[in-house]
Amino acid sequence: MSPATTVIEVRTAPHVHSGRSVEVIMRNVVYALLPMAFYSVWLFGLSAAFLIATTTGACLLIEHLCCGAAERESSIGDYSAAITGLLLGLTLPPALPLWMAVVGAFIAIAPGKMIFGGLGFNVFNPALVGRAFLQAAFPSAITTYTPAQAMHRFTEFIPTTLAIPFLKAAPLKDWIAQVRVDGFTGATPLMLQKFEHVTTDTWSLFLGTRAGSAGETSALLILLGGVYLIVRKMMDWRIPAAMLLGALALSGCYYLSNPAKYPSQLFVLFSGGLMLGAIFMATDPVASPVTPRGMWIYGILMGVITVVIRFEGGLAEGVMYAILLGNGLSPLIDNLTQPRTYGAGKRMFGKEAAAK
Amino acid sequence: MSEAVSCHNEKAEMTADSNPFLNGLWKQNPVFVMVLGMCPTLAITNSVRNAISMGLATTFVMVVSYGLISMIRKLIPKQVRIASYIAILAMAVTVVDFLVKAISIPIYVALGAYIPLIVSNCLTLERAEAYAGKQPVLKSMLDGLGMGFGFTIALTMLGAVREILGAGTFLGFHLFGANFEPWVLFLLPPGGFITLAMWLLFFASIKERSAKREAAALEQSQPQLTGAVEARA
Repeated sequence: MSPATTVIEVRTAPHVHSGRSVEVIMRNVVYALLPMAFYSVWLFGLSAAFLIATTTGACLLIEHLCCGAAERESSIGDYSAAITGLLLGLTLPPALPLWMAVVGAFIAIAPGKMIFGGLGFNVFNPALVGRAFLQAAFPSAITTYTPAQAMHRFTEFIPTTLAIPFLKAAPLKDWIAQVRVDGFTGATPLMLQKFEHVTTDTWSLFLGTRAGSAGETSALLILLGGVYLIVRKMMDWRIPAAMLLGALALSGCYYLSNPAKYPSQLFVLFSGGLMLGAIFMATDPVASPVTPRGMWIYGILMGVITVVIRFEGGLAEGVMYAILLGNGLSPLIDNLTQPRTYGAGKRMFGKEAAAK
Repeated sequence: MSEAVSCHNEKAEMTADSNPFLNGLWKQNPVFVMVLGMCPTLAITNSVRNAISMGLATTFVMVVSYGLISMIRKLIPKQVRIASYIAILAMAVTVVDFLVKAISIPIYVALGAYIPLIVSNCLTLERAEAYAGKQPVLKSMLDGLGMGFGFTIALTMLGAVREILGAGTFLGFHLFGANFEPWVLFLLPPGGFITLAMWLLFFASIKERSAKREAAALEQSQPQLTGAVEARA
């Protein structure tokens, strides 16, 4: 449309607009994520800062380049690439080599989002696509965790951070033995629980003084960010509530059936990436269902899958795969939970009802 | 599947006059243009060596069996032509099976069930149905050769990406030294899908760009016509 043409716009109701745009909401999500990013820098030092900065910068750059390749206006101004980058950085272990982080950012943005047509068209949460690729491509690097609050963390990098691209990083064992405080190893609470049967106490999980991915450690800060978004009505409370409830209920059943073998439901709730996933990843407005009933189904499904992977699978953590599966199912869930049109007959599945 | 075959039939008839060898090699490349023969393409391209041996085995089968099929194409009753093609293909595949076993046991083990599966590769059957069953002997064999080489090149391109990223080697030669961090994903089946998608994207973008250029050239050569249309509008 050329600017010279006069256009009379004919619109259907509703005519009232809240004044909110994609940019405003996305910017607020960034605000909600920042405390976790800062806390992670405090906990893991320079390496975490560079990791998060690298993923964010790479995501923005790649989105810009993709828009250039598609010959359209750059969409980095809508903050969605920045969120993808921040989330990707927060879900990666702080010791991950930076070149792998760049690979993850590329996969997240180019095939994860821009191939489908950019923001609003992606089937899966882009940050998790990037992380899933890294998990499959570099299974050892992405499960190498380092202790929190290591000595000299603000002045020295974790040695693997600056590994030369395409080459193996030196093993971290000696370095961990050198810097650890109070006998902490780098294992995450979930790994300790699953492979060594050591349960971390719930209070430190809640506050987040533990090893883990850069941003998943502090349940408190994640909850604060979530509450901020929910109070400002920028996120639907149903999805995180349903996901946490689903995980809580199933892990409670497991715990009651065999308290010696399985950890308590509170441990499940606050450990690993469940909080971060439920509040910031599962609620991706593009890849999640839009009907309220659909949101409940979607959330509970993801919570249940998370617990099943953690307790029955070979991996210590299953939030990522649970959310990706949920994303894949969300169009189907949406279709099956369409509300009945007022005045229409008995509700059939989605389209048939609309056709009647 | 039947729809796809009939669509390719039309294409084959349209381009029947052009050189059948070059046609298979590039214009109708079995993997990148027709997207046929996906089973071996995705399954055994995890190294360049496997990819090349698979491609050559398929080429041999296609050249030999298309020659035979074309020779007896007028004797085969229409109703049983597919069964006859499969019998002839199976004969050629049996020969290849023994040949590969005689040449190299490690390659034979690596290719495994995929050599017998050349019979049911939709590429071999599609070309028999679309081309060799209708064209003279020499042209059919040339078509088999072109398609086979096109298939081999495509498999090698996939195998190269997957081997370089997945193991840091090319034909067993270390490119990055022994300290390479392997991208395990590329040796696994999803790596095959990802690599194929990237190559398809690459060729699609080339094709789109050249189509755009042609359209622009066409527009420039007929300025009066478009001008007239605009004036009428």
